[in-house]
Amino acid sequence: MNHLKRVIYNCKQATLLIEKRQIKSLSFRETIELRIHLAGCSMCQLYNKQSQVIHQMVLQLFHDTEQQASTLSLDENFKKELQDRIEEELNK
Amino acid sequence: MVTEKQLLDPRNWVNAHADYLYSYTLSRLNDEEQAKDLVQETFLAALEKVNRFEGKSTERTWLTAILKNKIIDVYRKKSSGLANISEKKAEEEQKDFFEEDTGHWTEAHQPLPFGIEDHEPLRGKEFNHILQLCMQKLPVLWKSVFTMKHMDDAATEFICSELRVTQANFWVIIHRAKLSLRACLQKNWI
Repeated sequence: MNHLKRVIYNCKQATLLIEKRQIKSLSFRETIELRIHLAGCSMCQLYNKQSQVIHQMVLQLFHDTEQQASTLSLDENFKKELQDRIEEELNK
Repeated sequence: MVTEKQLLDPRNWVNAHADYLYSYTLSRLNDEEQAKDLVQETFLAALEKVNRFEGKSTERTWLTAILKNKIIDVYRKKSSGLANISEKKAEEEQKDFFEEDTGHWTEAHQPLPFGIEDHEPLRGKEFNHILQLCMQKLPVLWKSVFTMKHMDDAATEFICSELRVTQANFWVIIHRAKLSLRACLQKNWI
């Protein structure tokens, strides 16, 4: 089987291209291969939809995590120790 | 435009940046003790480099850059040695996602609709919780790659060199991580 056929009929390769496409643009050849695969594969069509939604949700989750973390602060004791430690280094 | 030369004021670091650096670390490593350690290490390392500060960035940017390197060190350490076992295990789990000869989805693992396809699911706490659990289950290396790419939008070349993976392997990891996440969500969110 030649390379083109392998991708056109191969869901593992197609899903790799689906993931790659979310991060960088595919080559002309990869674009065509994926398009042909998706035209004939309902499972990968579904995967494609889900993958994009999951991508958005992961971004949102990371964003939320950062927001939540930004409201946290170090306890005062630890900060005081840190301050002392820095003073100590500076006065060496 | 004249850019003002930035100055360092170590005596004010704790006051001005400690909370920021702490939360920056916590959102990437999710471990309070480790986050504290890294903040301290960052300040101490920075003190030694004070003379090399060129004033081209702000104090905070400069400190954050030092911290970022320390976080990547942690990623690297965590994903070497024993951690490889969890990667092997996760790879093993995916072996029967696709038919070996044709690369088709196997019947047992093919994607099924689970309610996120046509509209985004309610951004409920519950879904986020499951997503978080599924992320925690990823092998450390996969999760590190994922975090650097999606939280920090780091360049692919940078991630590869820092975590010592090849470009080809980078795409394999991105692919595998997503396959795992999707399968985990399908299994737990219905």
